[in-house]
Parts: sequence; C-alpha cells; structure tokens
Amino acid sequence: MLEGIGYLSLTIWVPIVVGILILATGDDRNAAGQRTLALVGSLLGFLVAVPLWTGFDTATPAIQFEEMAEWIPAFNIWYHLGVDGISMPFVLLNSFTTILVVLAGWQVIRTKVGQYMAAFLIQSGVINGVFAALDGVLFYVFFEAMLIPLYLIIGMWGGPNRVYAAIKFFLYTLLGSLLMLVAMIYLFFQSGGSFEILEWHRVGLTMTAQILLFVAFFFAFAVKVPMWPVHTWLPDAHVEAPTGGSVVLAAITLKVGAYGFLRFTLPIVPDASHELAWLIVAFSLVAVVYIGLVALVQADMKKLIAYSSIAHMGFVTLGFMLFNPLGIEGGLVQMISHGFVSAALFLCIGVMYDRMHSRQIADYGGVANTMPKFAALFMLFAMANAGLPGTSGFVGEFMVVLGAVKVNFWWAAAAALTLIFGAAYTLWMYKRVVFGKVANPHVAELTDIDGREFLVLALLAVCVLAMGLYPLPVTDVMHASVNHLLEHVAHSKLVY
Amino acid sequence: MIPPSTDFLIALPEISLLVVASVVLLIEAYGGSKNAAYITTLLGLLLGCVVVAFAGSPETRLAFGGLYINDAMGATLKVLTCFSAIMAVIYSRQYLADRGMLGGDYLALLLFAVLGMMVMISAAHFLTLYLGLELLSLALYAMVAMRRDDVRASEAAMKYFVLGALASGLLLYGMSLLYGLTGSLELGRIAEVVHGGVKSEKVLVFALVFVVAGLGFKLGAAPFHMWIPDVYHGAPTAVALFVGSAPKLAAFAFAMRLLADGLQPAHGDWQQMLAVMAVASLAIGNLAAIMQTNIKRMLAYSTISHMGFVLLGIMNGSLAGYSGAMFYAVTYVLMSLGGFGMVAYLSRAGVEAEELDDYKGLNAKHPWLAAVMGMFMLSMAGLPPFVGFYAKLTVLQALIGAGWIWLAVVAVMFSLIGAFYYLRVVKLMYFDAPAATDTIPASHAGDAHMLLSANGLAILLLGILPQPLMTLCAYSVQMSLG
Repeated sequence: MLEGIGYLSLTIWVPIVVGILILATGDDRNAAGQRTLALVGSLLGFLVAVPLWTGFDTATPAIQFEEMAEWIPAFNIWYHLGVDGISMPFVLLNSFTTILVVLAGWQVIRTKVGQYMAAFLIQSGVINGVFAALDGVLFYVFFEAMLIPLYLIIGMWGGPNRVYAAIKFFLYTLLGSLLMLVAMIYLFFQSGGSFEILEWHRVGLTMTAQILLFVAFFFAFAVKVPMWPVHTWLPDAHVEAPTGGSVVLAAITLKVGAYGFLRFTLPIVPDASHELAWLIVAFSLVAVVYIGLVALVQADMKKLIAYSSIAHMGFVTLGFMLFNPLGIEGGLVQMISHGFVSAALFLCIGVMYDRMHSRQIADYGGVANTMPKFAALFMLFAMANAGLPGTSGFVGEFMVVLGAVKVNFWWAAAAALTLIFGAAYTLWMYKRVVFGKVANPHVAELTDIDGREFLVLALLAVCVLAMGLYPLPVTDVMHASVNHLLEHVAHSKLVY
Repeated sequence: MIPPSTDFLIALPEISLLVVASVVLLIEAYGGSKNAAYITTLLGLLLGCVVVAFAGSPETRLAFGGLYINDAMGATLKVLTCFSAIMAVIYSRQYLADRGMLGGDYLALLLFAVLGMMVMISAAHFLTLYLGLELLSLALYAMVAMRRDDVRASEAAMKYFVLGALASGLLLYGMSLLYGLTGSLELGRIAEVVHGGVKSEKVLVFALVFVVAGLGFKLGAAPFHMWIPDVYHGAPTAVALFVGSAPKLAAFAFAMRLLADGLQPAHGDWQQMLAVMAVASLAIGNLAAIMQTNIKRMLAYSTISHMGFVLLGIMNGSLAGYSGAMFYAVTYVLMSLGGFGMVAYLSRAGVEAEELDDYKGLNAKHPWLAAVMGMFMLSMAGLPPFVGFYAKLTVLQALIGAGWIWLAVVAVMFSLIGAFYYLRVVKLMYFDAPAATDTIPASHAGDAHMLLSANGLAILLLGILPQPLMTLCAYSVQMSLG
C-alpha cells in the first residue's frame, strides 16, 4: 500500500489517470499503443482491486479500507471512501468487467480507438467511486459523472438510432438523480449539517419526510435498475450501444441502482420502506412476469437480452424488499451473477454481430455448424440466464424464491415463473440462432471465435460455473453486512 | 467640505481605470498603433485588479460622504470583473482584428463599461448606483451598435437602447418613490428607515415593484428578458461575449446593494417578486433555448435560465443564499466567457461560427476544442465533476435550508429540461459527421487557444476543488453583510 493512498482510491484513480493518458496520446495513428495502454490500465485497475478481496474481513459488518480527507469544508463534504460486504464485490466485478470490455473492443473498434478506450477506463474508475463513496455529495458526483462517458460511448460508436438512444438514456437517468440531489440536501439539514451517508442512517425522520425521501430515492434508483414502468430507456440504449457499452450497462450500471436501494433507501427510510414495500414488490413482479413475456416476442437478440435484464433485475429488487437475509443476499448474488451472464450474452451477440452485422434472430440459424466452440460457450451462458442449477444464475434466483416463500407464497409462485419464462425466451432464441439448418448463406461463411474472443468468454464461463457450484465465498463476504443492514432496518427511526 | 485624502485612495481603482481609458482613447489619435491600444487596455485592466487587491481592505469603509463604499464583496467582485474583462478582450482580439473593429474607440468603450461596473459595485447611494449603471449601459449600447452597416446589430442596439432606457426610467421612478418614503438616497439610511417602519407599506411595495423591475431588466430575468436574445444574437460575437460576462457580476452587485444593503428589512416583500421572476426565467430560458438553431441565441436563453438560479439565491435573503448566488454568478461568467470565447475563436473573417450546425463533427477535427466546449456545456447543464454543479448545489442548499423545497424541485426539473440543449451541442460535436463544407478553421489565434484551454481546465479544476472559490464568496458576503 502506498503511503497515504488507499486501495480504494487506487481503484478509482488508476483507470481514470490511464484513460487521460490515452487521450493524450493523440489520434488513431497510435491506435495500437492506445489499445495496449488500455489493457495495461484495466489490468492495473483490477490488480489494485484484488487486495480488497484478499484483505477483506468477512466477520465484521464495519466499513473497511476506509479513507477520509477533507474536501469541501464549507459544506462539510468529505472525500470519504470505504466498502463493506455489500459494495466490495461490485468494485471487483466492475474492475474485472473493464478488462473484458477492453479486450472485446480490441479489433472491433477501428475509429477513435483512443477515445473509446479512454471512455471505458474513465467510466470504470468513476463507477468504482460510486460503490466506494460514503459521502453523499461524493456519491452524487460519481453517480452523475458516470453518465457522461456512457453517453459518449452510445452516441459515438452506437448503431443507427444511437443519438436518440443516448439522449434518452441521459435525460431519463438525470431525471431520477436530480430529485435525489434535493433529497440529499434535505437530509443534510435534517442530520444537522452532514453529508455522511452513515450519519443519515441514524437520523430520525417523520413518516411524511420518509415517504417523500423514499419517492425521491426511488426515482433515482428505479430508473437506473431499471424497474418497470421506468425501464423504457434500457432496450433502446442496449440495442444502439456498441458491444462494450452494452456489457458495462448491463453488468455494472444497472447494479448501481440496486446498490442504491441497499445503501440509501432501506437504511435511511426504513419505515417508509416497510410501508411501501408492496409497491416495489408489485413493480418487481410485473417486471418478472410481464417483461419476461415481452422478451419472448423480441426479434432482435440484443433487445431480448435487454428485456431479460429487466426481468432479472426485478428479481433483485423483489429480494431486497423481503427484508430477510435470503432475499437480500439472493438479490446480491443475482446482481453479480447477472453481471457475468448478461456481459457474456452481450459479448456473444457482439461476436455474431461483428461477423454478420445483424442482430435479428431471423437472420441466423445453424450457427452451431460453423462455430462449434462458440456455440458451446453460448449454450452455457444461455443456460445460466435461464437459471440452470450449477450455474450462477440459479443460486440467486433460488435464494430469492426461498426468501419469498417465507413472506408470501404467492409472491414466490409469481417470481418462480421467471424460471419458466427465462428458459423459454433464452433457450428459444438459442435454438433459433444456433440450431437448425443453415438458412442464410452468410452463416455458412462464419468463422469460429479466435483466441481473444475465446479468452474473454472462457473467463466469464469460469466465473459463471464457479459461482454456480460454490457460491459460499461470495455469500460469506456479504453475510455480516447484510445481517447488520437487516438489524438496522428492523428498528423504526420514526419521529413524530 | 473637502473630502479627506483617504476617500480618493478608496476610489483609486476607478480613478486609475478612468485614466487608462482616456489614454487608450488618445493613443491612436497621437499615432499609436492598434496593438498599443490593445496592450494598454490589458495592462490597464490588470492594473485595476492589482490596485483593488492592494487598496481594498476587508473592513467596510464609506467614502465621499456616503456615496461610495469599499467592502470585501465589492473588492472581490471588482477583481473578478477586471479579470473577466481581460479574458473577454483576449478572446475577442482576433475576431475584432479580422473585422477591423479592434481599435482605441472600441477598447475605450469597453474600459468605460468596466468603469461603470466598478462604480456600480462600489455604490452606497442611489445616485452612484444609477450613475454606474448608466455609464455601463451607454457604453454597451454603443458597443452593440459598433457595426453600423449591419442590420441585425443596429436593430439589436436600438432594441437594447429603447428597452434599457425604459428600464432606467422604471428604476428611477422606484428610487424617487423610495426617496419620498424614507427621505434619503443613501442605502444604509434607507435600510434603517425601512427597518424602523415606514408610513405606508403600500407605497413601499409599489416602489419595490419598480426597482425590482429595473433590476430584472439589467439581470435579464424573465419577464424583462426580451432584449437578451436579440442583443446576443445581433451584436458582434465579441460584444456578446463581453455583454454576457462581467456585466452579470455588476448586475449581481446591483441586486446586492439594492436589496441586501438597502432593502433587507423589506425582504418579505421582494422575496415573492424574485421567486416569481426566478421561476419564470427558468421556464422561459430553458424551454425557449431548446428551439434555437443559433448558438448565440441558445446561449442567450441559457443566460436567462442561469439568472433565474442567481435570483433564487438572492431571493433566499440569507447569507448562504447571497454567497450561493455570488458563487453562481462568478462561475456562470467563467462558463459564459468560455462558450462565447469558443464561438469567437471558431469564427474567422467573413464566417461566423454561430449556427449550431457549424459545430458538427468538431471532435473529428479538433478533439481538444471539442472537449473544452463539451466541458463548458456540461458545466452549464450542472453536471459534476464540473463547477456548474457546485453552483447549483450551493443555491439549492440555501433554498432547502430555508424551507423552499418545492422551489428547489422546480429548479432541478427545469435544469433537466435545460440539460437537453446542452447535450445537443455535445451530440453535434461528437456524434455527427463534419459538414462537407468545413467552416471550422485551423487554429489561428494562439493566445485565445491557450486561454480557452485554461478556461476549460479551470471549469474542471474548480469542479474538483471548489472550496477556495466558495470560501471566497462566502467570506466576501459575510464581511460585507454579516
């Protein structure tokens, strides 16, 4: 550890600094060097995140790797970082995904390579900041700044309708976060002049205030998750974004919303959360059932996976609102698993798109004949998305369903429908794309994945299987923090 | 009575600026080159900064029998005014030179405008306030009309002049009513009388309406905003650049002197007027900006919405609100200078880069300029990590602290709408391919290019470390009012 600079700061600033360095190397004439630099930067970013895992004390729910420095004393704003069992896995997941994204864009991106790589690295650092920030304003700064690189990524390297998708994505998510800003300033005054998130956890609030704060936070996080009915930006953004953008969007940025529920909504307004849990549960179940059906009829593969993401994230928010350890841990495991699986599926679609320049299911068929290695890996991820036991997708869903049974049988029954719908839309898509006769002459000319693509997908396959077979290390990390959170949420902080 | 010599010492910045302005006016008449006038102007403004910094003192002092005040807020605003005038002059040098406008006459007018602002900032008396305001306004009318063969500029100048004169009339009428009510033109004395209770509350409110209307015009707040789009659009870019920068600081000082120094006891009365104006400005500014295709017009409407935010801060009537408004005004000036500076920089002889479409594909040709412009736009939209975010944060914080939560929600909702048109500029620069006929010239003015870079980096740096500027604003306001 460097003197005075903690690992968390490094996970934030290493990617950002490398990203700026890449920008400074100029235009596409230096593309090769820029790619290498980006890979080095993402590897370094992951390396400095590893000690967070190895040095993590799973026995305590306390904040670890804490860093604190004065930032804007005029408003009592601190550069305060720290992780607990809830946030730490996401820093790691994010740093890991960045490597994959850099590798995935290696050959595909041919114009403005430097800006592409820099955008992803800066984005990576900023997202680590979101998960590590313990000061409200610091959190907000990262939370908003995160939008800028993604806006540029979608708009610059996206599909034909990219401008619409980029602006919609930006404004939609900004809508939520601006209300959260008002809520945060309100909390600043309620807590006697503090922007400390942990301090806000302790502030007593009236029911009216709690409900209003709940609504403000709900807007901010529900849009990010995205929950039905504020999900409509996601399919657009996913379809238009380049592969790397879709991967980061699905694997990481959606998790920021769900994380917000655990860091802000539940502990700051526990009474309102209990009061309004039915609403979130209802939205989540609609997402699981209705969006699952919507996914079934999609003709565009990316759109299908986008809707599947919404359905899976519905599971996460459902788990959070059960207020039992199985539900919350299940939701967290589901988040991480979805990070791997959705990233992998978008990468798979990217692999095919790079060759065929089509995402329409109808244009494919019989891919297994020409791309056997790819088909095998794709199969694994499709199964994981459907929640097959033995893959990571199963663990989280199973835990959430178990948790739901304890609360309300019918919730569990409705949620369990996802196992059917998920299997239906994923496997049906897989069947139409990979199996069958080679209907399209272009499919006959496909070449199987090369070493780079194989490496990326194989890394994810290992993660999916490892988490599916032996999830204990992951749940161990969360256990203490989740229990602590539940204990906190169980106590009313109502003032009259 | 002969005023003691310290009075002149207190007014030294203004006096030195007056001397420099006169010298600049004479340089060309006595065979000096245009460059000499330009350099003298810059040095004169720099001298103004230095003199303020040395002559100023944190404690409040009155001079010339209560006409003139020197306090921390005044000193800070004067330094910033001179500084932003320097930036405006450097940004516009090449633009003016290309169009044959760079000369002693233009620069002298500019210096007189700065002098007017400094007088306004130092006013402790309605008379001084009005004199400074008129000196500023007359210089600006003339600057807008500089290109007299240009139809749009002439129209803009005409509109500006007529509406400006009307606003001055309103202001004077309000002041005369206040004089009748309180028996004094001195701001401090008026505050005392109003505090002690006036004979007729009705007349006070009546007078306030006129004074606030005049103020609204000078700030460019709705519903007194009509002149802003036409002037920004019609005036040469260099002039629009100047009109949109330092005078906003003077207008802020004007509001502070008038409302916080003179009429603080009537806070409850003017608060509502300001709240209405602020919401109207946010609505009109942000909604109308969406429809613009000309970047100068778009920035004009964006100014209106930013002034809405400044008004929200002032409306609050607390130290937090005032210092938030001051921080907002200062950062706005910095962003506005950058935005217009870019427009001026990208324009060349015969071509104005003022249509939004001129910015298409800027990133492909000049990635650094696009990045800098992107920073200005995102900062104006109030996104972190740029300084515009903290400006909004301070104002919102003051609002919520005083219990105006609904107003804060309205303000952020309009910023959301505003984000759209700033994003559109980013979209044009980054997502669109450059137009076939390239109107974007290669770098030709090294000084402006460097200043643009510094300006952009300042926006980012102040966004990462906003503390010093925040403290400065809070300290100035605190020392002057607290």
